[in-house]
Amino acid sequence: MNKLTLKTEGDTHVIVTRHFDAPPEAVFRAHTDPKIVQQWVLGPEGWTMPVCINEAKPGGKIRYEWKHPKQGGFHLTGEYIELVPYSKIVHVERMFLPDPTPDNHVETRFEPDGAGTKMTMRMTLPDAKTRAAMLATGMEKGMEASYVRLESMIGNLMPSAASH
Amino acid sequence: MPLDASFAALADPTRRAILARLALGEATVMELAKPFEMTEPAISQHLKVLEEAGLIVQRVDGARRPRRLAKPGLDQVDQWLAMLRKALEKNYDRLDGVLAAMQSEHKKKR
Repeated sequence: MNKLTLKTEGDTHVIVTRHFDAPPEAVFRAHTDPKIVQQWVLGPEGWTMPVCINEAKPGGKIRYEWKHPKQGGFHLTGEYIELVPYSKIVHVERMFLPDPTPDNHVETRFEPDGAGTKMTMRMTLPDAKTRAAMLATGMEKGMEASYVRLESMIGNLMPSAASH
Repeated sequence: MPLDASFAALADPTRRAILARLALGEATVMELAKPFEMTEPAISQHLKVLEEAGLIVQRVDGARRPRRLAKPGLDQVDQWLAMLRKALEKNYDRLDGVLAAMQSEHKKKR
């Protein structure tokens, strides 16, 4: 059973953990090989990632562009800070919606867990207010409208989350 | 829906501790001030933020004004986190499939 946990920590962190039934090497590759990233960092059904630049080296650029037939598109840019094959990825990213969101510092660790991998992703926002806003994005106009908004936020959180 | 306010209210460690205490049952300002080693005005200020965020409510009991958790306010936060979790799960479930394909590909090559 691969259960995801998501919790806030302190004033500026969001921590996500998840087990994968594949060794750290494979999970690490899935996060850094653009051809693989394009297959799964997509959020809800209907979104595609026509552009995926992922230079997995310190200082390397990240650029993901998403598209939806009805809801338009948005993109994310980022830079790698540190990569330790196959155990750690540190990067910074921001979304363009279309204005840039504050930088989200993301540290993702992969540890052997039985025959698989335990992933721990720690997101750090500049301040508590940003994290609160990030967590609250999509709720301003009620659940219905927010669900649509959440889809772009998946862009926000998920790619950070998911992609690295 | 003061969800933004909810998260801002939750961003403070003292306020999270107050909520944890209230999860055990209602308490007055005086009862809360003692374990937190804070003055009553300081506690009252935190309670005001929590109340405005819809996370707690107060009850009138003679001269006492005990506070307790406001279920609907907390549900909103939970609901939002549940939505985010659902979204993340979608990506990672998809990744499970990608990893399975990578693994069988790997085995074939060997």
